[in-house]
Amino acid sequence: MKEISVQKIVKAVEELCLEANCVLNQDVVDALQRSLVTEESPQGKEVLELLLQNAEIAERESIPICQDTGMAVLFVEVGQDLHITGGSLTEALNEGVRRGYKKGFLRKSVVTNPFTRENTQDNTPAIIHYDVVEGDNLTLTLAPKGFGSENMGALKMLKPSDGLAGMMDFVVETVEKAGANPCPPIVVGVGIGGTMEKAAYLAKKALLRDIGSAHQDPELAKLEQELLGRINDLGIGPQGYGGRTTALGVSLEVFATHIAGLPVAVNINCHVARHRKIVLKG
Amino acid sequence: MSDQGRRIITPLDLEIVQSLRCGDRILLNGVIYTGRDAAHKRMIQALERGEELPFNLKDQIIYFVGPTPAPPGKVIGSAGPTTSGRMDAYSPYLIAQGLKGMIGKGLRSNAVIEAMKEYGAVYLGAIGGAGALLAGCIKEAEVIAYPDLGPEAIHKLVVEDFPVTVLIDSQGGNLYETGQKAYKR
Repeated sequence: MKEISVQKIVKAVEELCLEANCVLNQDVVDALQRSLVTEESPQGKEVLELLLQNAEIAERESIPICQDTGMAVLFVEVGQDLHITGGSLTEALNEGVRRGYKKGFLRKSVVTNPFTRENTQDNTPAIIHYDVVEGDNLTLTLAPKGFGSENMGALKMLKPSDGLAGMMDFVVETVEKAGANPCPPIVVGVGIGGTMEKAAYLAKKALLRDIGSAHQDPELAKLEQELLGRINDLGIGPQGYGGRTTALGVSLEVFATHIAGLPVAVNINCHVARHRKIVLKG
Repeated sequence: MSDQGRRIITPLDLEIVQSLRCGDRILLNGVIYTGRDAAHKRMIQALERGEELPFNLKDQIIYFVGPTPAPPGKVIGSAGPTTSGRMDAYSPYLIAQGLKGMIGKGLRSNAVIEAMKEYGAVYLGAIGGAGALLAGCIKEAEVIAYPDLGPEAIHKLVVEDFPVTVLIDSQGGNLYETGQKAYKR
């Protein structure tokens, strides 16, 4: 059986924390540059330019792109033929977050309890989604999530009769209600189907896709484009100052559901859209 | 960045506040204070107990921000605005105490806008998600209250040509409304 030590995992997560928070992903840079061409509002254009400048400064000076360096969300695919040695996998992932947030001078934004709200001082615990897959690799995707955008998400258990039109309306309404709060231009992840928690999970997972990468199902890809068009017609624009670029991309993830339900979850991401992946080979 | 608007020196007096209109771009110079959720809650509790606030609010500006820790050799880490709406429950009380400006991003409640109109205050927007860029305009930073709150502690900042846009002015003019209306299809 192939093996990976927890030390290797800690180190990998630590590095993901630094990269994800200080280096703007190329897909976002490309999307911002495309939007600069299509944006009609002078103020909107200026915001897009400043966001690109901001990313350059962050990368050059190794400081976070945004001060909200988020709650660390990890998607972990564990190969079923892999053996983790030297300790607990969950503890290793949290230790990596702890070290990364300390080393990178990232903000510690996690509180112990939603009511007493004492800061845990090390940005743990991380939110960890495990998936057991075939093979002997360990794939780690870190997607730190700021709460300016996270707070604007919504979930609705639609009726089957609401159908496609009901889903589309709910997504657009959610974005319109969010307005300037999630720091547009945003990226929109939509999870459709499953159960309540599955839809929410899929919406977050949809945000891992590169902006501008169409869904492999052409029908869903068409819906993504239609939603993007409707969202950008809202006129909210960069920072909500008015303009054409409210969203850079929309990603859908769909799953089987129950005869009585149509769960739809919308997870909004800000332009930073952090996600970094590493595959550790056993 | 002098082409990015009118230079204004803090503190803000009523005359300056009343001269500002939504959509105006200004460059702030001088002292501003930071405060977000937890610091606001404490300040309101202090007011309720009749205690002094950590700084005199008269004519001051509060920047809604929780910066990242300053790396070695830097004054402050990344320092962009947080969502202002979470301070809506508190801002009217601080405006009544003489606060003249708030820097943040995102929508405000009617109660905040009414207080801004009544007492004369302005809501300014810094670019959300541009924390690395904005940090460069912060020349000094010092924690002056609630150090136990970490990133939420109240900092006294000295800023130079800190770029903001007037989002809501003291007459209720609102860039979020006019901006979206101009581009809605």
